[in-house]
Amino acid sequence: MKDAVANQPANTPGETMQKDPVGGLLQVEHLRTVFRQGRREVKAVDGISFSVNPGETLAIVGESGSGKSMTAMSLLRLIPSPPGEIIDGDVFFGGRNLLDMSEDELRDVRGNEIAMIFQEPMTSLNPVLTVRQQLAEPMRVHRKVKEEDIEARCLDLLRQVRIPDPETRLDAYPHQFSGGMRQRVMIAMALACEPRLLIADEPTTALDVTVQAQILELLKDLTRQHGSSMILITHDLGVVARYADRINVMYAGRIVESGTAREIFEQPRHPYTLGLINSMPRLDASEKARLLPIEGQPPDLGNLPTGCAFHPRCPFAVDQCRQQDPPLEPYQGHHLKACWVNVDD
Amino acid sequence: MGSYLLKRVLALIPTLLIASVLVFSVVRLVPGDVLDLMLSENDYSASSHDTRADLEKALGLDDPIYIQYVNWLGDIVLHGDLGESLWRNTSVNQEIADRLPVTVELGVLSLLIALVIAIPVGVYSAIRQETLGDNLGRSFSIVALAVPNFWLGTMVVILPAMWWGWSPPNTIEPFFSDPIENLKVFLVPSLILGASLSAVVMRMTRTMMLEVLRQDYIRTAWAKGLRERKVVLRHAVKNAMIPVITLVGILVPILFGGTVIIEQIFRLPGIGQLLLDSVSNRDYPIITGIFLISGVMVMVVNLLVDLCYGLLDPKVRYDD
Repeated sequence: MKDAVANQPANTPGETMQKDPVGGLLQVEHLRTVFRQGRREVKAVDGISFSVNPGETLAIVGESGSGKSMTAMSLLRLIPSPPGEIIDGDVFFGGRNLLDMSEDELRDVRGNEIAMIFQEPMTSLNPVLTVRQQLAEPMRVHRKVKEEDIEARCLDLLRQVRIPDPETRLDAYPHQFSGGMRQRVMIAMALACEPRLLIADEPTTALDVTVQAQILELLKDLTRQHGSSMILITHDLGVVARYADRINVMYAGRIVESGTAREIFEQPRHPYTLGLINSMPRLDASEKARLLPIEGQPPDLGNLPTGCAFHPRCPFAVDQCRQQDPPLEPYQGHHLKACWVNVDD
Repeated sequence: MGSYLLKRVLALIPTLLIASVLVFSVVRLVPGDVLDLMLSENDYSASSHDTRADLEKALGLDDPIYIQYVNWLGDIVLHGDLGESLWRNTSVNQEIADRLPVTVELGVLSLLIALVIAIPVGVYSAIRQETLGDNLGRSFSIVALAVPNFWLGTMVVILPAMWWGWSPPNTIEPFFSDPIENLKVFLVPSLILGASLSAVVMRMTRTMMLEVLRQDYIRTAWAKGLRERKVVLRHAVKNAMIPVITLVGILVPILFGGTVIIEQIFRLPGIGQLLLDSVSNRDYPIITGIFLISGVMVMVVNLLVDLCYGLLDPKVRYDD
């Protein structure tokens, strides 16, 4: 099932996209999101296409500013507008296009069929409402849970996310919780309506390393239990290796490589992916081995270089890279890359 | 909470003592002497030294100022007695008690009008930023800030009188026996005072709402699939109100200053009018009495504001 649906080749606008016959849970096609600052237009998400299958975890990896969070926010149309705007593309979820929906229809999807967890647990909960008030909201709005059942359901959710002593914690305020516990509350809130897709935007970046692992394990367990799919957005390849089924590597608003976790780690085909992997510390490396950073800076999205956006930082770049933008094309099966060069060679 | 309240009330005592010294001494530093005024008024043309001394003694002003202060304070602490008017044989307590309801009603009504206008307009302006409604709201606030309320008050009194021979009524029925007649007197002056206050509160509300609407927890609320009404009223407004309440606390003394002028223009027999009369007559006991009472009111309002924080912000708890 996992490989039944592959990412569609992207970055070639105008091409007719084939809708998958099996029907991934989520299918994103040519999504484009821009931010306008005066006359400047920043392409935060630049025509990307991918899909998520039922029950799988798709990781979106990239540096800060590569457009991964903006992709996530665009899916549920949570882009602050103005200055942001989704200017093109389709997001099919269960056969319906989220980008064509009315506000009312979209509200039924948000928090219900697709839920989101954000990066900052310290600020993502409302400081003046109790955990009970915030936890109950999605159930009241989407599930019409009876008032007398709400408490039991809230307690059940807090137990699922392994918050100790849920009875006394239910009426506490967010500032009475630690960061990790707040993220657990966020997860409980996201799972309240048993969504089919969970979008976790850097869910562990703001947390201690020990807590990070707990939270990711929890996410993995709970999505498995509920049979939910997950889009895991992160800049941490270590996280990805362990928890993702498939990986999209993003650079400058585009997907530059896409494949299964095994393909990406064992046979990275894009120099950027290779750079990311080489800059990861490894326990099995010799003591003298040094980390290899990717030289240079991420590009200015308002002023991208011609050709491949990565070419100024790419050790393999050839003339073609400076002139032509490489499309995302199959390298082998469902393993896709957007690069003119064969990194092997 | 109880012990917090007690602590706060006890803390009022030193503040009030300092205020009382200032009030008592500053009033007597004002140039012009009540004795001179009285003597000229009563046309003691031969203001002989003796008459002046007699008068000074009769009014109890012959003692050194610190003795006068101790006597005055003693009467307040022991009997709750603010003294007697130097001009009329009436007690200051009675004078203030007669006038206070007028000023309090004017003040409370102005504040209510200000909040009822400012908060909804401010919230609307923020959630519909840069739209026609927002621009209208902001234009209103700039006009309300720019037009001084003494000028507006004067125009409201003079122009209808010139054009239609109408002037605002000024016989005051107590609110609880005839609210409509009562409001006929109070509504216009309260609107004028309230409008200028509302401008400040509205701008603050708008700014705070814009700030809050950018917060992560508002994004969370949207991501849950809540309606705009819920996102705004349940998740944003309560957070935005915390600084607005502070502002209201600061505005209350300013409001009191405003009532002095507005009472004069609309001939409302409130504290402000009493204060103006007393200042021009150098009627020291009344002036000090009014200052002391208004000082107490300002402190009580500030205490209420602090207690409101506890209601709005769960991080503020008064149970130590």
